[in-house]
Amino acid sequence: MRTLLEARSVTKVFGGGVFERSSTVALENFSLAIDADRPSIIAVVGESGSGKTTLARLLLGLTAPTSGHVLYEGQDLQQMSRERRRKFRRDIQVIFQDPYGVYNPFYRVDHVLATPVAKFGLARSRAAARTLIDEVLRDVGLRPEETLGRFPHQLSGGQRQRVMVARALLLRPRVILADEPVSMVDASLRATILGSLSAMHRERGISIIYITHDLATAYQISDTIVVLYGGAVAEVGDVELVVKQPQHPYTRLLLSSIPLATTARTWMSEFATVASSADTETGCKFAARCPSVEKVCRETAPPLFKTHAARAVACYLYRDAPTLDADAIGSVLTASAAASPPASQTIQPTRSRP
Amino acid sequence: MRDLCVHYDTPLGAVKAADHVTFGLRAGERLGIAGESGSGKSTMALAILRMIKPPGRIAAGEVKLDGVDLMTLSDEEMRRVRLDRIALIPQGSMNALNPVIRIKEQIADALRDHRVRMSARETETRVRELLESVGLRAEVADMFPHELSGGMKRRACIAVAISLWPRVIIADEPTSALDVVVQKQVMETLARVQENLGASVILVGHDMGLMAQFVDRLGVMYAGKLIEVSPVREIFTRPLHPYTRMLIASLPSLEQKGTFRGIPGLIPLLRDLPPGCAFHPRCPQAFDRCLTEEPALLEKHPGGWAACHLT
Repeated sequence: MRTLLEARSVTKVFGGGVFERSSTVALENFSLAIDADRPSIIAVVGESGSGKTTLARLLLGLTAPTSGHVLYEGQDLQQMSRERRRKFRRDIQVIFQDPYGVYNPFYRVDHVLATPVAKFGLARSRAAARTLIDEVLRDVGLRPEETLGRFPHQLSGGQRQRVMVARALLLRPRVILADEPVSMVDASLRATILGSLSAMHRERGISIIYITHDLATAYQISDTIVVLYGGAVAEVGDVELVVKQPQHPYTRLLLSSIPLATTARTWMSEFATVASSADTETGCKFAARCPSVEKVCRETAPPLFKTHAARAVACYLYRDAPTLDADAIGSVLTASAAASPPASQTIQPTRSRP
Repeated sequence: MRDLCVHYDTPLGAVKAADHVTFGLRAGERLGIAGESGSGKSTMALAILRMIKPPGRIAAGEVKLDGVDLMTLSDEEMRRVRLDRIALIPQGSMNALNPVIRIKEQIADALRDHRVRMSARETETRVRELLESVGLRAEVADMFPHELSGGMKRRACIAVAISLWPRVIIADEPTSALDVVVQKQVMETLARVQENLGASVILVGHDMGLMAQFVDRLGVMYAGKLIEVSPVREIFTRPLHPYTRMLIASLPSLEQKGTFRGIPGLIPLLRDLPPGCAFHPRCPQAFDRCLTEEPALLEKHPGGWAACHLT
């Protein structure tokens, strides 16, 4: 596998300086890889404080990891030449959460589209630039004549977010990193934006890293999924496997907490585990909330157990499965579920005590 | 609530944020009001409490609580109704607590303001009782809001809301910006205190999943109007209004992967509503009548009300 973008055993610690009493581990020994030849959509799911945004900033090279490396085409982001960095900034595009905050209210929306065209010399003439901009706007379902020449406040949140998708498209990127792109958009427009992201992947072979707290949209759009808890991977693998047969107790809790828009009222029937703030320093991050917690969970953090060719779980319930090096997460992410044995043959949880 | 109209006066004329909204709320019932941003759902919730601030004003309509029209009460009488009879769990309730006052003082303040005569010790006991009923430890009483997590703050707000045994609890997006697991805990807390009090709940929000799982009856608002009110099971099995149907179809499911079915077009601006039915530019089934004549909210089958010319 030729990797395009890769995070290799990345850890990011905030604080802990001379004047600070404590430090926070935002992301711990995290690895992720995107295949250069097989574009994919990877969803990164987690609650607030799970390290999602830190991951986004690391992958974009906006923050340097405390340890580990983020590599683009095999080269460390922190040691890139200016020339390479320029290419990187063109190949990786980002869509942020807040479609209100990313615009300067004094400029027309044309500005955010014209700037990259000028900076990267995408068009030779003004007319060519306009053709290019019109084209990407149409690609995301906007009518250029109704969008250009307007100020940000004259567009709705959904329209603004689609202009951001268009801006990302303009540079013909190879990877788009979308950090909660629909969480601030109205429900009736969410599907439209996710639809245009999905079409970009299908039609142009752009890989997408979709960062979200919403498992339902993650399931709809992605091929593979990474569930983060407290800065560490809880479960990773094929999205059908993870969502339909969740193995990690946290993934199960997360899935059972989603209120489903169906007439089957099962949501309130069982009470969610009340969070306890008693975090363990060394053990599994989820131990304090876990219904299946064992002694070992509080002592040592579990490694990843490879329970299926296309899935790994960081939980001692699956200790019978072979362990997987964090570096090798890429192998699980690229193994498609179709090519691997059916789910029924996967390793079932074992309990060391009754 | 009958024909409630809330207008915002702007230099360009009055904007109708809530236009002839009519519905009934039964004792002990959970009613949901769903809608996208700008549909008038929060305006409607605040109007019940007469908490609309200028340039907004309640232009017409009545809100009757046990036969008394709240719109005719004096300001002082209305002030006493709030919290005592109708309590609000405000939107963004993480910011509703005073950051420099301990939780117990904030709850006691509400009791004192409504002239509940209690000794210091009784107040202390009542505060502890209230915190316990929302699943918070007694130590929380002595804490400041910044020491609590988002979910705990929401629960503290619920504790304030139920402190005077209200008849109606209005919860305006009580779980927005909370993680799903915490959201479930907060909703369970709300359900439990509601059952203990026998109060009615009006849940305002945009999450159709939450509505499906929590409320008994659901109203859907679009562009300041209530376009459908039906028992929640009915709405999800046979929605009457095309907007409701498309909104439900656009929700991502965990059951099967599908194509993305968003609603084409945009939410209209309240100051520039299309003539006829406000949804007609986005409606795939619109016909001539929808372009000119505004549909009224009518009972299409027992308990199921919709404002649409089709049904």
